[in-house]
Amino acid sequence: MSFIRLDHLRKTFGANTVVHDFDLGIERGAFLSLLGPSGCGKTTALRMLAGFEKASAGRILIDGTDVTDLPPAKRNVGMVFQAYALFPNMTVAENIAFGLKVAGKPASGIAGRVTEMLALIKLPDLGKRYPYQLSGGQQQRVALARALAVHPQVLLLDEPLSALDAKIRVSLREEIRAVQRALGITTVFVTHDQEEALSISDTIVVMNDGRVEQVGTPFDIYNRPKSRFVANFVGTLSTFNARIAESGKDILLLDGQPVIAPDLAARPAGTTLGIALRPEAFSLGESGPNRLSGTIGEVTFLGSIVRLRIQLAEQTFSMDTFNQPSQRPPAVGDKISVSFAPTDMLLLE
Amino acid sequence: MNRPRLQSWIVMGLASLYFLVPLIATFEFSLRLKRGEYSFEAYRIVFADARFQESFLFSASLAVATIVLLTLLVVPTAYWVQLRLPKLRPLVEFITLLPLVIPAIVLVFGYLNLYSSASWLPLTATPMATNILLTCGYCTLALPYMYRSVDTGLRAIDVRTLTEAAESLGAGWATILFRVILPNLTSAILSGAFLTFAVVIGEFTIASLLNRPAFGPYLQLVGANRAYEPAALAIIAFLVTWACMGLIQLIGAARTRAMTAPVEIP
Repeated sequence: MSFIRLDHLRKTFGANTVVHDFDLGIERGAFLSLLGPSGCGKTTALRMLAGFEKASAGRILIDGTDVTDLPPAKRNVGMVFQAYALFPNMTVAENIAFGLKVAGKPASGIAGRVTEMLALIKLPDLGKRYPYQLSGGQQQRVALARALAVHPQVLLLDEPLSALDAKIRVSLREEIRAVQRALGITTVFVTHDQEEALSISDTIVVMNDGRVEQVGTPFDIYNRPKSRFVANFVGTLSTFNARIAESGKDILLLDGQPVIAPDLAARPAGTTLGIALRPEAFSLGESGPNRLSGTIGEVTFLGSIVRLRIQLAEQTFSMDTFNQPSQRPPAVGDKISVSFAPTDMLLLE
Repeated sequence: MNRPRLQSWIVMGLASLYFLVPLIATFEFSLRLKRGEYSFEAYRIVFADARFQESFLFSASLAVATIVLLTLLVVPTAYWVQLRLPKLRPLVEFITLLPLVIPAIVLVFGYLNLYSSASWLPLTATPMATNILLTCGYCTLALPYMYRSVDTGLRAIDVRTLTEAAESLGAGWATILFRVILPNLTSAILSGAFLTFAVVIGEFTIASLLNRPAFGPYLQLVGANRAYEPAALAIIAFLVTWACMGLIQLIGAARTRAMTAPVEIP
């Protein structure tokens, strides 16, 4: 049985339903991310789990206990907010000790736990500072320590990295994951950043328009998207329209160029299909079974990789190639041949 | 100096004259008690007058009571409106503005009708009860100032997220209000408190009609019977008000300095 069970949750605000029939099980100790665009209902789902929003229908069970009607203070759920939410009138140590004091823990135990938490977030000497004396990354680490200090059974993270700059974001997400692994705490993380979700999660729930689109591991979500939305939302994807060349044969015509498809079953010749390919599925040259020739329409230098926009007769696609400092990247207008494996092709229904 | 800047200085100068000339004239007049020389004799007489001390102490005590009562009334109300009832904000703001448009004389006649010794709640029957009624009247008069100060303070902090953070750590409403919200509103409450103090110290109508020995009626009494002492009292009242304003500025500036102080990040 799952440690957290969200049983057909629904949330409506007036006539507007923002979460539809949300049904999910989360295993003990898992790191699960709710991923989706703004307004998809991911934060509302998290807030229902925290108790800040009352579910319009459905049940929430944590470790077998129905907490649907419990107030947030009674759920033993730690929460980290996007805006840090540290208490400005308290020092770092006082912030971390707040939940323990509220719980009536003895002073000696509180002091020990605060020291332990400061060591965990690698800020052992900043206990006497006030939040405004810390950087954004430090404040969020303190917020994490404060949430963990009370030994919550679940940790909820509501876009905790969104307000930080790119470099801090990467290092802090690694720290969050390391702390989560060390403590083995069941964690639900809300983000709209696919890279964040892919890098940090055991399981990703992709949401759209208040509904769950797909639940899976980062590998499955990225490589085997089950819907056009997931395919488009997670990662960069080039979509094509291709025509079946001949019935019974797995060959498609892509702007007149033949490519082998994974399995077209018995679709009739002339049928137009949507196919999709990731930029990294392509490689330069004609080594693979499927080859395409075109003209470079755009070159974007992204540091470690160079993204090329390639124009076929009518359609365009993106491909990524590694930056090689000793070689000049291809130029706009160059003729180019690329290849890809049939198994990398996603058929879109 | 360019033309718009010159115009600004002219307007500023005229406004300063409008406010300062009567004040300087009053001050100058207050120093002329002794013929042929300037002295602080009028101030000495005022400070030596037992009624001055009693009335000032009375008004100051009631001002403190008003501040405490108003804080307990306004902070939870403004907090609750901000957090749970934002749609009621226009209505609450309208109600808090009413004391500015309803004259104090109307208010006090209402009190006298409602709380007379013959009514079911005879708050004018004893001096203590009348003092309570007077404090409530002061609360009404100072409500616009205190509410606005507290509301501005609440808007400056992320009330919702702080409340939710405290809730998720197991805190109840009283803990959240007194340990998280109130300490972060200190400067806002102090601003409201100083304004309230200034309002109470200078209030005449309600205190006079309720027949209480407050500073406002004392000012009027002295003004009706003496020449130089009322001028000295007017200057003292100005100084008290200005001291309150100065304290608001000082606290605000100190808070801003603390929040923007350069910090060494290891």
